[in-house]
Amino acid sequence: MSDRSVVIHESPGHEAHHPMLQHHFDDMEQQKEASSLGMWIFLITEIMFFGGMFAAYLVYRHSYYDAFVWGSTSLDIKLGAINTAVLIFSSLTMALAVHAAQLGMRKLLIFFLFLTLVFGGVFLGIKAIEYKQKYDEHHIPGHSFNFEPVILPNGKPHNVDQANAQLFFSLYFAMTGMHAMHMIVGAGLLSALIYMAWRGKFSASYYTPVENIGLYWHFVDIVWIFLFPLLYLISRVHHV
Amino acid sequence: MSEHSEHIVPVKLYVAIFLTLIVLTGVTAYVAFIDLSANIGGHVVNFNPLVALAIAIFKATLVILFFMHVKYSSRLTKIVVGAGVFWLLILLSLTMTDYLSRSLQTAPPMH
Repeated sequence: MSDRSVVIHESPGHEAHHPMLQHHFDDMEQQKEASSLGMWIFLITEIMFFGGMFAAYLVYRHSYYDAFVWGSTSLDIKLGAINTAVLIFSSLTMALAVHAAQLGMRKLLIFFLFLTLVFGGVFLGIKAIEYKQKYDEHHIPGHSFNFEPVILPNGKPHNVDQANAQLFFSLYFAMTGMHAMHMIVGAGLLSALIYMAWRGKFSASYYTPVENIGLYWHFVDIVWIFLFPLLYLISRVHHV
Repeated sequence: MSEHSEHIVPVKLYVAIFLTLIVLTGVTAYVAFIDLSANIGGHVVNFNPLVALAIAIFKATLVILFFMHVKYSSRLTKIVVGAGVFWLLILLSLTMTDYLSRSLQTAPPMH
């Protein structure tokens, strides 16, 4: 393979070094380590960003438990579970893309990046179906919001506080919406990676963008791993 | 010096982690409908949220350690990741100790 024939000298001087090595780094190893650390620092700012929304969700679920239970049970648990599986699938294909990059296998890298992009698209498609359902049910916060009374196990109808239910759905759309936006950004990044891989920019000795965008993709997967139980699952058994 | 960062994880391990994550997703969706509440000292305590969050934390740990290669990363990266999680726990736990303890407050005595 032509891109593996790059000669890396033991002590890089100015005239002989890897073409992707920036001059302010000693070697490829140090450059990769710095890049990966920088990506993690960015992901920690993302943890704090989503963390604030998770904190808001926990506080309001505690304060307006009744509306949050009924809002949560109105979500489609099947679609939520399928989407969780789709995202885990996409994380596997992303990990395999990094694996292919490490081995310098260009075609396999493009194949797995493309599969990851497809799974990301499937996730967003299913999310769009869920949003459409919520739109039809008038569960989108705003002037046409309406949460129908629910039927309790004893057969009696129960009115859910409209303002509190709107708060639940505001958080639902803010959290899943920000997550979906990260998925869309991720799809753009994957497309750029596929183009770069197709142009032969990566090799077994240089694949840092694949690795870092992989970290981003897995992070977005982790956010969903927590959104799924918090929004869809934890209120199925309740005592209200 | 950190260990060599170019650790190549075998495909078999990736597939094993993937299968574990899928099985745990099925388990957490199934368990969500089983009543795990217990009567502790006259109070009904519902353990469903705790079980669901424990499974989610375990799943996230698998993704971080293996898919995100933190298990094979330098000590510096491990410390940074750990610090991030620790700060998130400060945010969530200090906020919740405030809100959860408000109901424990008793009304001021009437004079």
